[in-house]
Amino acid sequence: MKFDTPATQNPIDRQTVVGQPRDRVDGPLKVSGTARYAYEQHDVVPNQAYGYVLGAAIAKGRVSSIDLKSAKAAAGVLAVVTAKEAGKLGKGKRNTAKLLGGPEIDHYHQAIALVVAETFEQARAAASLIRVDYATGRGSFDLEAAKDRATKPPDEDSSPTDTSVGDFSGAFAKAPVTLDQTYTTPDQSHAMMEPHASLAAWEGEKLTVWTSNQMVDWGVTDLAQTLGIPKSNVRLVSPFIGGGFGGKLFLRADVLLAALGARAAKRPVKVALQRPLMINNTTHRPATIQRIRVGATKDGKITAIGHESWSGDLPDGGPEVAVQQTRLLYAGANRMTAMRLAVLDLPEGNAMRAPGEAPGLMALEIAMDEMAEKLGIDPIAFRALNDTQVDPEKPKRPFSMRRLDECFKVGADRFGWSRRSARPAQSRDGRWLVGIGAAAAFRNNLVMKSAAWVRLDANGIVTVETDMTDIGTGSYTIIAQTAAEMLGVGLDKVVVRLGDSTFPVSAGSGGQWGGNSSTAGVYAACIKLREAVAQKLGINSTEAEFADGEVRAGNRNMPLAQAAASGPLVGEDILEYGNLDKTHQQSTFGAHFVEVGVDVATAETRIRRMLAVCSAGRILNPKTARSQVIGAMTMGAGAALMEELAVDSRRGFFVNHDLASYEVPVHADIPHQEVIFLDETDPMSSPMKAKGVGELGICGVGSAVANAIYNATGIRVRDYPITLDKLLERMPDAA
Amino acid sequence: MPDPGEIELNRRALMVAAGACAALPAMGANARSQPAPVGTPVLADVSFSVNGQQHALAIDTRTTLLDALREHLHLTGTKKGCDHGQCGACTVIVDGQRINSCLTLAIMHQSASVTTIEGLGTADNLHPMQAAFVKHDGFQCGYCTPGQICSGVAMLDEIKAGIPSHVTADLTTAAAVSEAEIRERMSGNICRCGAYSNIVEAMTEVAGRQG
Repeated sequence: MKFDTPATQNPIDRQTVVGQPRDRVDGPLKVSGTARYAYEQHDVVPNQAYGYVLGAAIAKGRVSSIDLKSAKAAAGVLAVVTAKEAGKLGKGKRNTAKLLGGPEIDHYHQAIALVVAETFEQARAAASLIRVDYATGRGSFDLEAAKDRATKPPDEDSSPTDTSVGDFSGAFAKAPVTLDQTYTTPDQSHAMMEPHASLAAWEGEKLTVWTSNQMVDWGVTDLAQTLGIPKSNVRLVSPFIGGGFGGKLFLRADVLLAALGARAAKRPVKVALQRPLMINNTTHRPATIQRIRVGATKDGKITAIGHESWSGDLPDGGPEVAVQQTRLLYAGANRMTAMRLAVLDLPEGNAMRAPGEAPGLMALEIAMDEMAEKLGIDPIAFRALNDTQVDPEKPKRPFSMRRLDECFKVGADRFGWSRRSARPAQSRDGRWLVGIGAAAAFRNNLVMKSAAWVRLDANGIVTVETDMTDIGTGSYTIIAQTAAEMLGVGLDKVVVRLGDSTFPVSAGSGGQWGGNSSTAGVYAACIKLREAVAQKLGINSTEAEFADGEVRAGNRNMPLAQAAASGPLVGEDILEYGNLDKTHQQSTFGAHFVEVGVDVATAETRIRRMLAVCSAGRILNPKTARSQVIGAMTMGAGAALMEELAVDSRRGFFVNHDLASYEVPVHADIPHQEVIFLDETDPMSSPMKAKGVGELGICGVGSAVANAIYNATGIRVRDYPITLDKLLERMPDAA
Repeated sequence: MPDPGEIELNRRALMVAAGACAALPAMGANARSQPAPVGTPVLADVSFSVNGQQHALAIDTRTTLLDALREHLHLTGTKKGCDHGQCGACTVIVDGQRINSCLTLAIMHQSASVTTIEGLGTADNLHPMQAAFVKHDGFQCGYCTPGQICSGVAMLDEIKAGIPSHVTADLTTAAAVSEAEIRERMSGNICRCGAYSNIVEAMTEVAGRQG
């Protein structure tokens, strides 16, 4: 099915199942411990051996010698794999650094060896016996120091490196009210709870891996490419994924090493990255330095807006696209954005939840708060003054839907924004200075082609299969709801099977495109199945109504299962997109509200209340969508207050590479959170009329925290995270 | 690797080591009793009950309770998130107390009674805490969930037993269930998906039902 004209009335609009806050269909499996993750596939192949990964102890240079003798001789050891043993390997096009290092080392904790043994304890003990000598090379590890050497990275289709409209410099110079500030965001880690893990088994030339990966087809493609074998010889299975956030978009070392280890040991091998290895071995969200300039008239109309960002990555890597939202979020006739990329020999930078917008809005939405204060205008009113219903770079290109103002209005009422004092440091509650802040949430709605097949059997059971993944997003549930709605059956009649590369290729999970795109693919397959059912029952499919387990046409009424009485019926299709996302800018919007208390004596910040109001098309399941948003708000709270990978700029690695020293929010950090979804559908996005929502919640929330801290204390911190040491010396008098 | 019996620690080295880590004054003696990392694993017999079922294992002395559950008994509901006591995903209930099963060796639990997520309830017959997690959507990816649930069940028992926490304002009266108490006592169980707000709702509901 090609989606190239706006959606009209369709069966999803009934919203008898879709749009309802149903419990997760995989919930009972997850809460009872019976959902099986990658490392837990004990029964899929016999004789599984254990791998243990050794990471490089230098950031850049060479392995000058590696002595495997003791490790190979240790009890229980079946094989040791290094780059030498592995022979020639390719590299997937989505990997920047190679996954198995040696002799050249590209980054700290790059895998350099895998020990395979009968037990985990034996593999671990033997790995500690490997002796490695290094010739340490010189590397560049400090973004601030490398900033002036940063260069212009190549344009990518969707995001040119530099943009310019009108005369930014001239307009900024002439503007009566201006802001010119620099903000920084640190390197951050996905830190998902399930480590990257894989079980690999060879059967002749055929390889099967059970793994934890957000993008099944990318994984198959890049694993085949790396091993130099045909894609058709690789099967990848990823039914449950213990968190990803972008950290499991790509093939990682666990998969490759399990495959190489299994080949060497001639046995199935499973490998989980040890937690202390994960942060430097895998990808992270790169740090940014961002300069924002805003010029406005005295009555608050933006005349010039400029956003520049510097970030670093390994050679051939890419920039953190932190300027992305500034091209679209606010009006202004004269505008510019630019990105510069420094070569850094830190571990590979790549996508983490809302790449671009998450760090970009952490800067831009403080700048908007600062500018509003300079103008003496309420920050929400200032944003409303500069709203735009069209792409500000291409005024003939409208947003498909944009209700940002309404998000702010609804949120302001609900949160009690009118009680906020425009002057900071005015509100005190015991030992707490109390403040509230707001920020816009913005994230583009990406659409990706997605395929599925749907089978109806003689018992009336509908089975959906697609290689889509559920990383906690609720894919199992919303796909079941889609099929139930389309075929007029209850959720108890729908079986959903995901994450297997033998199923049709889906959109996968990333960039908040998964929910809308994958259900749209299932919608298309269901349309095909409805046609097959109608044909089988001898009725016109356009007249047929599917409801209550029956098919109705005119005055005829037949059980759905009857259509499959003589054999199962299958509908298979792929939903592909025309250019509605080119003619119309499709984005999702929201407004974040945060109340903080800052301890007058210690400057410790506690978040007291959080609210997000979201405008994101049809909400396919308000319960799971709300969870996505509160989870993203939580991660955003971490970004605002505590998350920071500490760079050792002499030795070139992230020092705090575990869950105790890389601090993420815990229960005690997060208050009750509230989410409101505006009731809407966006017919430009897909037949589902839904949009992405999984990343919207992290976009802007960090600035709302920062603005609330400013409102509480009068201290403007522009370098995240906002830890108490950045506040303490400037705190208002405690008395 | 030399036989540990042959390691000679001179007095000076021992003093340096002890001085660097005053909490380990007996380091020399400890080093001597450590088994060598190479060679045939040292197996030890241990028996304990898991979810009411008795198990006798001859197990590598290095094996954690977590790995005994997951890799030997194939009770994979208990999760390995960090393997060193930083995340709480491996929380199980041993003799009524919640512990991180990654931080304890299997052989330390002779005759213990272990309850894992599988012992609380099944997918068809959920424990009230498990059912409350489903109802309140107290999870997303599900990987920290068994640990949150086991921790939560034991945590409510701790409040009932009158054990105070860092946020208990008055130590002379018994602690009562509150959102602040739950958040404080559950902070050893990380949920990176950020379901905390919903988890607290689920636990508050279960606590209320327990009365």
